[in-house]
Amino acid sequence: MNIGVLALQGAFIEHRQRLSMLGIQSFEIRQLSDLSRQMDGLIIPGGESTVMAKLLHELSLFDPIRDKILDGMPVYGTCAGLILLAKQVSNHENRGLATMDITVRRNAYGRQLGSFYTVEQFADIGPVPMSFIRAPLIESAGEGVEILARVKGQMVAARQDNQLVTAFHPELSMDLSIHRYFADMIKASGK
Amino acid sequence: MQNERFELNKNLAQMLKGGVIMDVTTPEQAKIAEEAGACAVMALERIPADIRAAGGVSRMSDPKMIKGIQEAVSIPVMAKCRIGHFAEAQILQAIEIDYIDESEVLSPADDKYHIDKTKFDVPFVCGAKDLGEALRRINEGAAMIRTKGEPGTGDVVQAVRHMRLMQAEIRRLVSMSEDELYDAAKQLQVPYDLVLDVHEKGKLPVVNFAAGGVATPADASLMMQLGAEGVFVGSGIFKSGNPRKRAAAIVKAVTNYTDAKMIAELSEDLGEAMVGINESEIEKISYLMAERGK
Repeated sequence: MNIGVLALQGAFIEHRQRLSMLGIQSFEIRQLSDLSRQMDGLIIPGGESTVMAKLLHELSLFDPIRDKILDGMPVYGTCAGLILLAKQVSNHENRGLATMDITVRRNAYGRQLGSFYTVEQFADIGPVPMSFIRAPLIESAGEGVEILARVKGQMVAARQDNQLVTAFHPELSMDLSIHRYFADMIKASGK
Repeated sequence: MQNERFELNKNLAQMLKGGVIMDVTTPEQAKIAEEAGACAVMALERIPADIRAAGGVSRMSDPKMIKGIQEAVSIPVMAKCRIGHFAEAQILQAIEIDYIDESEVLSPADDKYHIDKTKFDVPFVCGAKDLGEALRRINEGAAMIRTKGEPGTGDVVQAVRHMRLMQAEIRRLVSMSEDELYDAAKQLQVPYDLVLDVHEKGKLPVVNFAAGGVATPADASLMMQLGAEGVFVGSGIFKSGNPRKRAAAIVKAVTNYTDAKMIAELSEDLGEAMVGINESEIEKISYLMAERGK
């Protein structure tokens, strides 16, 4: 299995380290030629969604990546990655990939003083450590979207077919269960 | 709880990695920076080149001006306070700034003590020109480090010197046996645990950006290749001929910092770079900002 990690900006190295701990190969996507490699899944990391959206367009990565996702390639977005996958962003212009049927709010917990850490239940996995860094949240989700975690009653993780999103950052903890969950999605997709 | 806060603050710096943080003085400039792909902006009344030209005492910016910039953009907003001026830092925390830069660019308020940054909930970034300074700032609670460079000059030589020195000292620590680390801790004037952490991981315990004198896409690429995890660009953008284009070019150069062909294209037709001041033209050594706060 070989997972592409979008490495335009943000915490992409942390994702690669977690994958490596699971014995999974990964590579960085910084420009169009990187997409010619075999890619079984894609991780869009945390960082600034405005920066990544802009660079996706300017480096001609936007359409090919969007096509792959629409074609069923498993994708996992954390924080900024969640924003980029959302069809709607309620409080900001949306220049993202807009492939997942969710509406998100950027910086939903305010500025850095609102950043927090908690441990909450994640679907069948059980309690998972969750760091929220100037995080977004999911305000509403379409019918085909399964909600995987809630914090303070609000939706912070979801899945729609081949697309997984979390508003928090499992790549910042030593708990590998979410990355393992994503790897299982890839295995199940048979691609 | 304090430890958890420090982790979250370190984490925000991790999210800024591979990005460019730009100095801005107005909401309009902040918008240009955001549109050009800045991952954060530094709100200040005068950019370092103008501070240098004006002389006199340079202080924290007007909170109203900072708030204007906070309202203008959705990316993190940083602001500077004077070295040791914890009251200015308290004010910046009160207006919910995302990151405080305890900065040698402003006039130092305390020539002996830095701010005890562990007392704050908002994160701090501090400048350093060698490993000792970096670790001392981290010990005081800094959640992010940047090279000092020589701000407001457009001359990258000092940023290069500081980054190279830090990396060389890190490599030296890595190669030491554990019993030698006790003496290293003494030399660096920092606790043993911090030195041990660098020894084991081969990097600073927090994110390390380049700052001071970065003016071109090539400068940004140079600093990234020397080990910076991202760059601050101060005077280099809004003191140049075409800020919008130059800012966007530097952002792309940081993402693809090893692709010389792409950086060649990015470097075309950027208009006039900031004129700059050569390091050796700074007459009084006392005016080297990097000599402030050690």
